[in-house]
Amino acid sequence: MQEAILGVLRRVAVIGVGMTRFGKLEDRSLMDLLAEASIKAMKDAGVDYEEFDSVYVGNMLGSVVERQTAIATALVDRLSLFPAAAETVENGPAAGASAVKNGFQAVASGLADLVLVVGGEKMTSLDTATLTDYIATMTHPEAEYMHGATLASLAALLMKLYEQRYGVTEEHVAMVAVKNHRNALKNPYAHLRREITLEEALQSKMVAEPLRMYYSCPISDGAAAAILCPLEKAGKYTDKPVEIKGIGHATDYQTLHEREDPAVLKSCKYAAEQAYRMAGLSPKGIDVAELHDAFSILEIVESEDVGFFKKGQGHLAVEQGVTELDGVLPINPSGGLKARGHPVGATGVAQVVELVWQLRGEAGERQISKNAKRGLACNFGGFGNNTLVHILEAIRK
Amino acid sequence: MFVIRIPRYWRSKGFRYRLEGYRCEKCGHFHHSPRLVCRKCGSRSIRRDRLSQTGRLISYTVVKSSTPLFEQYVPYVVGVVKMVDGSLVVGQVTDCDPEELREDMQVEVTLRKIRVDGENKLIQYGYKFRPVIE
Repeated sequence: MQEAILGVLRRVAVIGVGMTRFGKLEDRSLMDLLAEASIKAMKDAGVDYEEFDSVYVGNMLGSVVERQTAIATALVDRLSLFPAAAETVENGPAAGASAVKNGFQAVASGLADLVLVVGGEKMTSLDTATLTDYIATMTHPEAEYMHGATLASLAALLMKLYEQRYGVTEEHVAMVAVKNHRNALKNPYAHLRREITLEEALQSKMVAEPLRMYYSCPISDGAAAAILCPLEKAGKYTDKPVEIKGIGHATDYQTLHEREDPAVLKSCKYAAEQAYRMAGLSPKGIDVAELHDAFSILEIVESEDVGFFKKGQGHLAVEQGVTELDGVLPINPSGGLKARGHPVGATGVAQVVELVWQLRGEAGERQISKNAKRGLACNFGGFGNNTLVHILEAIRK
Repeated sequence: MFVIRIPRYWRSKGFRYRLEGYRCEKCGHFHHSPRLVCRKCGSRSIRRDRLSQTGRLISYTVVKSSTPLFEQYVPYVVGVVKMVDGSLVVGQVTDCDPEELREDMQVEVTLRKIRVDGENKLIQYGYKFRPVIE
């Protein structure tokens, strides 16, 4: 983002949010989920059906799981949002954050005044092995995928590197999972609402050494939605607008093993730096964060690469309770991908929804104890790659 | 359902069978897939080249749960190998008990069956690594 542009862009607010429960929702289709989340967000914002200029839908697997394409066209039809412009955004598991970014751009540029952003995914109708395969197709076809390198195996290699280089232990990784399960217990929308113990995590099934089942996210269905409009018009809908203050988006080498230093998620660093610059903030200005913990080790790595902690010290913050709900910097109060669930296309929007609730003070039992003014969300579209970072700020009267 | 169309598979045979790729003539960086521009230095002089037949295992994981076409092979080892020119390559490590593996051990390239495509019944071959018996 060029500094000169910032003065020209309109400021953008989130005026309403909503989401479905995440989980194994056998009775509902992808379209049912997208519609439910959208209607909840519309009710929250108090907007009428005929007002929308644009609809952006983040979805990754609709074409293979539901055998349905042009998802956004179908959603506009389902909700009678005609003649709103409709667009489906596919960006791997960052489809949701990319949809938010598209919505932001539409409003900030002046092309649209009222935008519905919704991310959703239907996953549980397929078995785990088949889904693991679909997800693995986002790795490099010849250099990773054909060798049976699953996303879990890449996370295992990263975890090993972290253990060897920074003295991270399996317990640290397990502690992240235990924390996120504990948070999800307080989140009525979460998929895994069950407390787990450290011992249970450490004894769970091995997926790819040293990564166990409890250090990876479940397979979930779900959708989340947010409604955006220019900040100057937000007062018409809500007295608690939340501004999208900064956006960053960057990529890195597709294959993990060829990156300059596989322990550094460069795209995450770049995206965060861009977002801080745009927001005029430093990492110290962030009160709460939603990070992409598809694998628990990633929460530790990201917490360093977005600048919260020094490289190699993220696990110490976990150990000291810094990232707990009542800590100095709560991470994944929602339960994260680990326990809220990871319906891939929904995740980026669900992170924004959680931050909006936290910043409006409406997160119920999991409301972080400090007075939250700014939140950061980080969503990956590849393994630690194609990262989007959003910074949100509460606007208080 | 998980089928890789045969022509797409055929097109990638150079790297899969022979670790044949594209080397930058200016900086020497090796690319496993076709490039018009070197991703390291931006040069456009790129020629076909092959990687060495041996390297050192720098990291690995034992995969115990996998995708449908690999499920019958679990547990299998996915390793990262540093070839003689310094290029890093991912591949399975075979012909050994995972317990015998250690980092920095010498491995060599071998052509093996990778998996059988469920729909086309295409037997997919490619390189794997095996320990060098010293």
